[in-house]
Amino acid sequence: MTVNGTEYAREVEPRLLLIHFIRDELGLTGSHWGCDTSNCGSCVMWLDAKPVKSCTLLAAMADGGTVRTVEGLERDGVLDPVQQGFIECHGLQCGFCTSGMLMTARWLLDHHPDPDEAEIREAISGQLCRCTGYENIVRSIRWAAEHAADRAADRAAGETS
Amino acid sequence: MQVPSHVEYERATGVEHALSLLSRPETRVVAGGHSLIPMMKLRLAQPELLVDINGLAELAFITLDGDQLRIGALARHADLLDSAVAGHHFPIFHDAERVVADPIVRLWGTVGGSLCQADPSEDLSAAFAATRATAVIRRLDGERTVPVREFHLGPYETVVGRGELLAEVRVPVRPGTGSAYEKVSRRVGDWSVAAAGAVLELAGPAERPLIVSAGIGLTAVGAEHFVAAQAEDFLRGRVADEESFAAAAAIAAEHCHPAADQRGPEDFKRHLVAELTARALRRAADRVTRPAADRVAR
Repeated sequence: MTVNGTEYAREVEPRLLLIHFIRDELGLTGSHWGCDTSNCGSCVMWLDAKPVKSCTLLAAMADGGTVRTVEGLERDGVLDPVQQGFIECHGLQCGFCTSGMLMTARWLLDHHPDPDEAEIREAISGQLCRCTGYENIVRSIRWAAEHAADRAADRAAGETS
Repeated sequence: MQVPSHVEYERATGVEHALSLLSRPETRVVAGGHSLIPMMKLRLAQPELLVDINGLAELAFITLDGDQLRIGALARHADLLDSAVAGHHFPIFHDAERVVADPIVRLWGTVGGSLCQADPSEDLSAAFAATRATAVIRRLDGERTVPVREFHLGPYETVVGRGELLAEVRVPVRPGTGSAYEKVSRRVGDWSVAAAGAVLELAGPAERPLIVSAGIGLTAVGAEHFVAAQAEDFLRGRVADEESFAAAAAIAAEHCHPAADQRGPEDFKRHLVAELTARALRRAADRVTRPAADRVAR
């Protein structure tokens, strides 16, 4: 399995869930293990470029696949615009749902770069913020949509300097 | 911590391979896994072997083939929701898919998985029943077809036997047809409190269209095979108007068998069946694509 660009090979039990493989076997604890019933979305990561509730998938089902977790959002020391947006707009309180929200937000913006509020709410409708901080989460994702070019510009500047 | 019990896991490399693996007892197919794996965590399902069919790309299609819409068992909910051809011929599928679970789950859950899970509250069973679709079941020595209306034997039980795999669902496309699905749930992503799907085939003058055939599917209210058969019979040959729809809706509400639970008492669910059936019929009639001459006359 390739996780955030690094290949890992582990012998695991078929019943091991993807979230536990990522957290316990690989030590990537940014993805959170929440409700265990595919309701809350705290465990959302990407498998083969699609977000998935990783408490509802066996690690074996991701064998040979490409996984991206919240640890894989930042590139070359620069935060992804969705991460920056959550900082700018106070999109997290306790932080428990945040990694899942970020992964869904990144996927949404990759497919709909300029979503309106209703589209953002629809996209995160399968995820629960236990602090009920949805207003700021929606604002944060909007911020990221409006600042999508920043990171690309930063990186271009970094490469030329 | 909820973890499934010990289980073996095999990844199918082709349909034949899947079918040979499925000949073992206590074997279950896993595709999206979004119903099966939660059930395994709770020990409501304890298969000895899981056959992962996610690699069987030949089962992931949605295509119009003559007068049939063919939907592969491995088509994801999101694929059906995004399918222009499915939405054009059967808006009922887009209505239903919009309210199946949530957008993340819809990326993984499959059409075939929903039908085979046979959850009484699952939305697609009623939608396919309303469209009078046919299930195609493969086995090593060939295939058999079963009307979706005979596919479910009861809650969590289907006619798919050992050594068999649901391969696709075929939906007959007929001109002059409209369809719709209406659902009430407590919150986004939840199962239906009740839901109704309708397919209407109309003929005759646009100002007084007659019902050639009606398909009505009901979700989560104990309707036999997810169908409101008496209401369908009542509508056949009648004028497609509010009066007919209201009467059919009342019949549908009378003949289903909802159970009181945390989603509401029986009388509330019957009320919903009547209201949602009428709404679905109304919208289905509005969506009937009429010949051009008719449209001008209107």
